[in-house]
Amino acid sequence: MTGRGPGGPVITGPVPGGPVLEVRDLHVQIASRRGLVKAVDGVSLEVPRGEAVGLVGESGSGKSMTLRAILGVLPPEAKVTSGQVLLDGTDLVPLPVSALNRIRGPKLAMIFQEPMSALNPVMRVGLQIAEGPQVHMGYSRSKAAERAVDLMRRVGIPDPERRFRAYPHEFSGGMRQRVMIAIALSCEPEVILCDEPTTALDVTIQDQILRLLARLCRESGVSLLFVTHDLPVVAQLCQSVAVMYGGEIVERGAVEDVFVEPRHPYTLGLLRSAPDVAEIRSSLVPIPGSPPSLISPPPGCRFHPRCGFAEPDCQQQRPPLRLLPGGRATACLHYERCQESLEAEGAAR
Amino acid sequence: MTGPEPAASPAASGPGAADPAGEAGPLLTATGLSVGFRVGSPAMARRRNEEWILRAVDGVDMTIERGEALALVGESGSGKSTLARALTGLVPLNAGEIRLSGRVLSGRRSRADQRRIQMVFQDPYSSLNPRLTVSSILHELLRVHDIVPRAEVESYSRELLGLVGLTDDALHAYPRQFSGGQRQRVAIARALALRPDLLVADEPVSALDVSVQATILNLLQELRGSLGLTLLLISHNLAVVRHLCDRVAVMYLGRIIEVATTEQLFTAPAHPYTRGLLAAIPRMTASTADEAPAVVGDPPSPLRIPAGCRFRTRCPIAQDICSREDPMLTAAPGQPGHTAACHFAFGEAPPAAAAASSAGLKEEPSPSQS
Amino acid sequence: MSAAALVTVAPEHAQSRKAHWFRQPALMSGLAIIAIILFMVIAAPLLTSYNPNAQNLNATLQGPSAQHLLGTDQLGRDTWSRLLYGGRADLSIALIAVVFPFVLGTILGSLAGYFGGWADLTIMRLVDIVVAFPFYVLIIALVFVLGPGARSIYIAITVVGWVSYARIIRGEILIAKRQEYILAAQSGGLSNTRIMGRHLLPNVVTQAIIYAMSDIVLDILAIVTLSYLGLGIQPPTPDWGNMIANGQNFLTTHWELTTIPGLAVVITGLGLSLIGDGLADLLRPGQ
Repeated sequence: MTGRGPGGPVITGPVPGGPVLEVRDLHVQIASRRGLVKAVDGVSLEVPRGEAVGLVGESGSGKSMTLRAILGVLPPEAKVTSGQVLLDGTDLVPLPVSALNRIRGPKLAMIFQEPMSALNPVMRVGLQIAEGPQVHMGYSRSKAAERAVDLMRRVGIPDPERRFRAYPHEFSGGMRQRVMIAIALSCEPEVILCDEPTTALDVTIQDQILRLLARLCRESGVSLLFVTHDLPVVAQLCQSVAVMYGGEIVERGAVEDVFVEPRHPYTLGLLRSAPDVAEIRSSLVPIPGSPPSLISPPPGCRFHPRCGFAEPDCQQQRPPLRLLPGGRATACLHYERCQESLEAEGAAR
Repeated sequence: MTGPEPAASPAASGPGAADPAGEAGPLLTATGLSVGFRVGSPAMARRRNEEWILRAVDGVDMTIERGEALALVGESGSGKSTLARALTGLVPLNAGEIRLSGRVLSGRRSRADQRRIQMVFQDPYSSLNPRLTVSSILHELLRVHDIVPRAEVESYSRELLGLVGLTDDALHAYPRQFSGGQRQRVAIARALALRPDLLVADEPVSALDVSVQATILNLLQELRGSLGLTLLLISHNLAVVRHLCDRVAVMYLGRIIEVATTEQLFTAPAHPYTRGLLAAIPRMTASTADEAPAVVGDPPSPLRIPAGCRFRTRCPIAQDICSREDPMLTAAPGQPGHTAACHFAFGEAPPAAAAASSAGLKEEPSPSQS
Repeated sequence: MSAAALVTVAPEHAQSRKAHWFRQPALMSGLAIIAIILFMVIAAPLLTSYNPNAQNLNATLQGPSAQHLLGTDQLGRDTWSRLLYGGRADLSIALIAVVFPFVLGTILGSLAGYFGGWADLTIMRLVDIVVAFPFYVLIIALVFVLGPGARSIYIAITVVGWVSYARIIRGEILIAKRQEYILAAQSGGLSNTRIMGRHLLPNVVTQAIIYAMSDIVLDILAIVTLSYLGLGIQPPTPDWGNMIANGQNFLTTHWELTTIPGLAVVITGLGLSLIGDGLADLLRPGQ
């Protein structure tokens, strides 16, 4: 289904049944004093319609850069050097800012970690929520205000008619996050990109926000791409997960598969090094070494210097992300070792 | 009791070890601690219907036994960091007293007293002076407190670094040359240099990457074993607490509302807030996304602490008595170590209350009369 | 020993920052200008054979020539020579004069910022009092009362100039004292003096140093102004200020007598400002 968007280029219609967001072999490089930083080095992932996909990694893995590249809000030193970002079939990478601005809001939105800096401190909250519908959906001021109050109610802000006129500093952290979610939802996007939105929140408030997001996903069919370093949060909220390390995706699959039977030593290492609230482990096994340099990464597999299962061939060529049965993928040449290790652990108990 | 067993015979004179006390009784007892901060002026506070003094710590009693690892758990606004700093002598007390090995610590601590409780801070990037090398940092402390004779300062510093797993070349390095995890090791070495009786760790791993957290947690566990270190761990992360600590105290709005062994707390929490807190933690196993949140609403402002039980505005079982009477910490029948500040902690639970029927959010209550 | 493996320390990253300062255009051009001026001023005896005070009534008001590079003034004194020796007077006084307010302001600002309470109240009220007077009015009044000469200039500049440093340092300390390494020093039982001197000041003094660069410019201007008014450096000792005053009467005929020393002031000020800007960029935290 083709047509013209409002004053814009031809926008192909949604591919029925296909993923709403698809990233293909994305490369983002940052020019820095010390050299060219390959922050995102060949990332491919899919976000199916109506699903929440988690993107996990530690600091420096490239997960935030990936999100920003999708939305087109990279810092000035960073550039997408190759790859595609397909939203409903349209590649966002080559689009000029004017075209991107028509997509941001109505189709693609983002929520951030620090609500205080993501909200305009001198603009009333209701007006910030109403701005999107006015600009993108052509709503009149009163209609947009009505919609804003309605959204505030939907995201669980009490007494929305009165709080419409409040300023961000009058809200608590959790409430500000709800405001940000309301802004993201205001133009009924298809995908919401989430950049660690609950990392700065207390556990009980995080719980509220995660449940809110899950409910909104279900009710409106919006998809989420959720970036975090906190694995249990992904387990709680998402259906599938991609694990990033050193600028690339090292494992992908359904949450219950990846977190119960990881197929990459890094995922296994992450799971083993974190204490679990549900059970006491006899010991935590840290991942030795430190994160790789993104300017001159190690040859071959980026994780091999820290990997307990490394073999000589791991240094030779960069392993591609290989598909495994069951919709999974791994970038480890010797992923069966993870399985063996888990079995040995289970037998030892 | 769960958690690692403290060593039977701690290294008595090696670096980091506490001075052998050989005394019976708890290492630290605190009674009636209160810490408040002035906010603006009384007139402005009255106009905003708030209190003038922010009661960060509002009447806390606690004991820490020798050799144990006690966790102080709470969310933002609970007062746990303020309490930790008050115990360490960094923040003055408005009321209450702290006894270390039975002796009262005065308001302005002597240098000898200050030495005995040391702290490891949360942010590894601001807890080391960027202009001093590791050896300068350590030497200064060792000299000022005369821990070892001058000639031995260098070798003692090396021993300290070895204790936390750093090589000798760390001595002459500046903090900027270290990673986050390494900086925390230096911070731990610094705290241990003065051979404190109690090590207070304020969110020691929160600012570190997940894979690095394990190394620091393992280190703390090991130091407990080899040095017989008494540890007070401040954390919002209950998984870390479960892994490392013997006992847990839960704080809410400036008060301790439950104390129990780790096992008791995680398997049979008595206070509704503790139950909510545990339920709110995301798990790796099947999600419960369809259920209502564990704890609803926002915490009240610490300038408007509710009268009666301070948790009642968010409590699923709040009753009338909860707004009239502020519950004290009472012990579980038969389990003196497990206390909770709730009228319904260990008895039968009341029906889900009429007072809390709108499980939604309430208006802010007016400041309490006490 | 420890189950945690022994960890080695990352190599020094300091190279990148040190090498970086060469490539700072503001800093380099400022340093070049000041270096040239300092050289000329210090090497004055090598660059001119004339005594700046030597009068030659046969060669008054001459334009530039082979004998007199920049001409002579109405008393036959060589302008180039007076420029160089005058620069000596002005620059040396300015460089020394900037130190006293720096030290006094830093000390008072630290006390105010670190201890707060009464110390802060009193010191900041003193600041308010000084700031209430226009800078030049106060300086001129003080020098007038104390009598002309270098000593009065030092005193006047110190009394008036310490406030900016105090404010800057106080602000920096208010922030820095909340840093955890200061709390760590306090919990380590270190005395307040030691904490202020060894831990706080080295970390906050860079802002004061950057300010000092622009302060030298202000001081040069103040000295020049005072001399212009006859209150600073007394004739016959040359300085750019009294050279400017001297040339006033000949503005329409021999404008170079005033303009040349004026230009010298401008260029020196420019050089110092560039150094200040360059330093500010370089020392900005987080680079």
